[in-house]
Amino acid sequence: MIIYDRFVLDNGLRVLVHEDHSTPMAVVNVLYDVGARDENPEKTGFAHLFEHLMFGGSINIPDYDEPLQRAGGENNAYTTNDLTNYYCQVPAENIETAFWLESDRMLSLAFSKKSLDVQRKVVCEEFKEHYLNKPYGDVWHKMRELAYTKHPYRWMTIGKELSHVENAHIDDVKQFFFKHYRPVNAVLVVTGHVTTEQVKQLADKWFGDIPMGEKYQRSLPQEPAQTLARKLEVHAQVPLDAFVKTWHMDTRLDKGYYAADMITEILGGGGSSRLYQSLVKERQLFSNLDCYHFGSIDAGLLTVEGKLVKGVKLEEAAAAVDAEIGKLQSTLISEQELQKVKNKTESVIAFEDMSIMSRANSLALYELLGDADMMNTELQKYQVITVEDIQAYCKKIFREENSNTLFYHAN
Amino acid sequence: MINRTTAPSITDAVSFNLSLKPCDRYTLDNQTPVYAIHAGAQDVVMIEWVFYAGNWYESKNIVAGTTNFLLKNGTAQRNAYSINEYFEFYGAYLNRSCYNETATITLHCLSKHLHELLPVVAEILTESIFPEAELAICKQNQKQRLEVNLKKCDFVANRLIDEYVFGFHHPYGKYTSTIDYDALQREEMAAFYEQFYKNGSCMVFAAGKLPADLGTQLNKVFGKLPLNSKPLPAIEYPLAPATEKKYRIINDAEGVQGAIRMAQSFFNRHHPDFPKVQVLNNIFGGFFGSRLMSNIREDKGYTYGIHSYLQNHIHHSAWMISTEAGRDVCEATITEVYKEMERLRNEPVDKEELDLVRNYMIGSLLGDLDGPFQIISRWKTYVLNGLDEQYFYNSIETIRTVSSEELQALAQTHLQPEHFYELVVV
Repeated sequence: MIIYDRFVLDNGLRVLVHEDHSTPMAVVNVLYDVGARDENPEKTGFAHLFEHLMFGGSINIPDYDEPLQRAGGENNAYTTNDLTNYYCQVPAENIETAFWLESDRMLSLAFSKKSLDVQRKVVCEEFKEHYLNKPYGDVWHKMRELAYTKHPYRWMTIGKELSHVENAHIDDVKQFFFKHYRPVNAVLVVTGHVTTEQVKQLADKWFGDIPMGEKYQRSLPQEPAQTLARKLEVHAQVPLDAFVKTWHMDTRLDKGYYAADMITEILGGGGSSRLYQSLVKERQLFSNLDCYHFGSIDAGLLTVEGKLVKGVKLEEAAAAVDAEIGKLQSTLISEQELQKVKNKTESVIAFEDMSIMSRANSLALYELLGDADMMNTELQKYQVITVEDIQAYCKKIFREENSNTLFYHAN
Repeated sequence: MINRTTAPSITDAVSFNLSLKPCDRYTLDNQTPVYAIHAGAQDVVMIEWVFYAGNWYESKNIVAGTTNFLLKNGTAQRNAYSINEYFEFYGAYLNRSCYNETATITLHCLSKHLHELLPVVAEILTESIFPEAELAICKQNQKQRLEVNLKKCDFVANRLIDEYVFGFHHPYGKYTSTIDYDALQREEMAAFYEQFYKNGSCMVFAAGKLPADLGTQLNKVFGKLPLNSKPLPAIEYPLAPATEKKYRIINDAEGVQGAIRMAQSFFNRHHPDFPKVQVLNNIFGGFFGSRLMSNIREDKGYTYGIHSYLQNHIHHSAWMISTEAGRDVCEATITEVYKEMERLRNEPVDKEELDLVRNYMIGSLLGDLDGPFQIISRWKTYVLNGLDEQYFYNSIETIRTVSSEELQALAQTHLQPEHFYELVVV
């Protein structure tokens, strides 16, 4: 049970505090309700590029990192298709430094041209390092474009192509900032060796006078229900054939999300999972095999992905995956198998909640989803899923016309 | 209006009173030492069995690694599937890792399930059988994995730079080929297991919300096993560094980045310069505000990240600089690295920068000690390296007091370009 206090500043900034006095540290986490899904299709990769620019100096403070490091703090940030999150950990005595820094960059960036010039290059190198210069690095670029026709999940957080990042202009930066980086679109979470009273006072002092901004009204093009199976074949300079197949699943807040999450465990979670045991160990069709989803807020993709043992045909591997999935549709799993997944979920949640940083992260995410208290009721949502629910959900999503298949051939 | 241009006052992290939570120590009936940290709010535990069974002790390449990998792939009583099924049913994770000197088995689970899980860990440590079929699958899949990795410039560079520094026949410098996998025999693993696990040298590290009777539980299950009864063979490997210092390799003609590695051999933690060089390394390339990062990423944009570090080896370390940079700026990156070495040799670090690094290092140490798993991990490092908590306090003292003059002198001794190997793999 994670205990927290919640209050809202006059400018709409939501603030959550979770006290933990067993640590000498404090975490300040600022989440902005903007991700790659909110980008213009012609200017993709922008939310993530912007995350880099947030470290390039703010209106009153030329350098973000240096004063934080001087205060004994460390920080980082990440951007997903859904959101952008900044967090720093600092000795609790020096927490005001984090408030000073975070509030100034929420007030306004410095919009330095030098910072934009350099970070464009840095992000291009990041793009190359992770997606261009690695075998199979473009798999998700291709799969997203195959699986989504309308919804902005059709591009990666890093961007659709290098040129979008290379052409980013300082005016785009300013516009993006004042549209999305406003108190009314943000969540501040503080955890660790602090008190709610102290955080109230500091939040008011540093964030209280930042103009509220306009609440961002998200109206993204929704993905129409897929009615025909899609398939793409790619040939590349890689050593092994790879197989990727996805099915559209429910949104983060839907009951189906929990069933989908459990199905990925049944199929691919660990050495006793179905796909691993059957296709890697017994039939030796795949040399590795994973089943997962990204935890997307809008409707995501349940994915099966693996590399084939040399000599195995992609068609044969695909049929074997379908056959295993067919068993989930035709036969109820045992209560024991369901219990295994529930036990694992209980344990994952307990381990996740160990650090004040991950507790801050989770509180911010659930607040963004609409209710921070979901952090404490999440396990319950898994507990109520039955073997019949699992079977029904498998029937619902594992339909060929709801699927996208990528055959990635080794040249 | 508040004044946003002036930083709030801070307490210098160097003035914090840092302490390392003492660890409980006891031995089981068979002399197996146990180190335990009881802390944390969640009902979770981590228990790690550390064996001297790393590649230091193998007489043929990858025997140690493969033995470790296959430990949980079959015992006299259970096949690989039932072992996995057993641990996964309890939501537990049983991982294994092989390092140079040591190899480990690590259990993460909810505290309430320890009773059920410990006996099966003991079974794995006494009755593993290394089935032929499991070895065949492992060989096939590991060879395929290797083939994919060999397409990556960073993977290739990491192997080669270690070979240059330590020599291919040194455990720190050797690496794997598909031929090594083909040559592996089941009997070699069974023999290695017999000597280095079943009758091997073992230590136990435990952390988390530990049950009050943990010592009794451990003793009941592990205290009678034939561990720690035979001395470890004393094996020494001579360093055989390469004579040629500079290498440029094209691994992928179409590659858009080069993996740059620059390294020189360095002492281990027992050398008096080691803690001071940790401070110098932080200034050089050890954190986000370091000189390499500020210059090569934040000023020039040549790379997504550049880091320098002292390798975490027990016998002998290496000082390494590592980055992936745009193919057309690799040479310019190397030039800048040497310039940063030169600045450290020629100019004393000014007080402001040194104070920042001191505070940063103490703050990050404080953050690193947050939580039982982090605390036991520090203890483990000290135990394996033959150090004690005094090393922790000495390091803190060094961070607080090392002077600019000392750092400059160390740079003059240890940051000489002619001592560095230099490698680019595209």
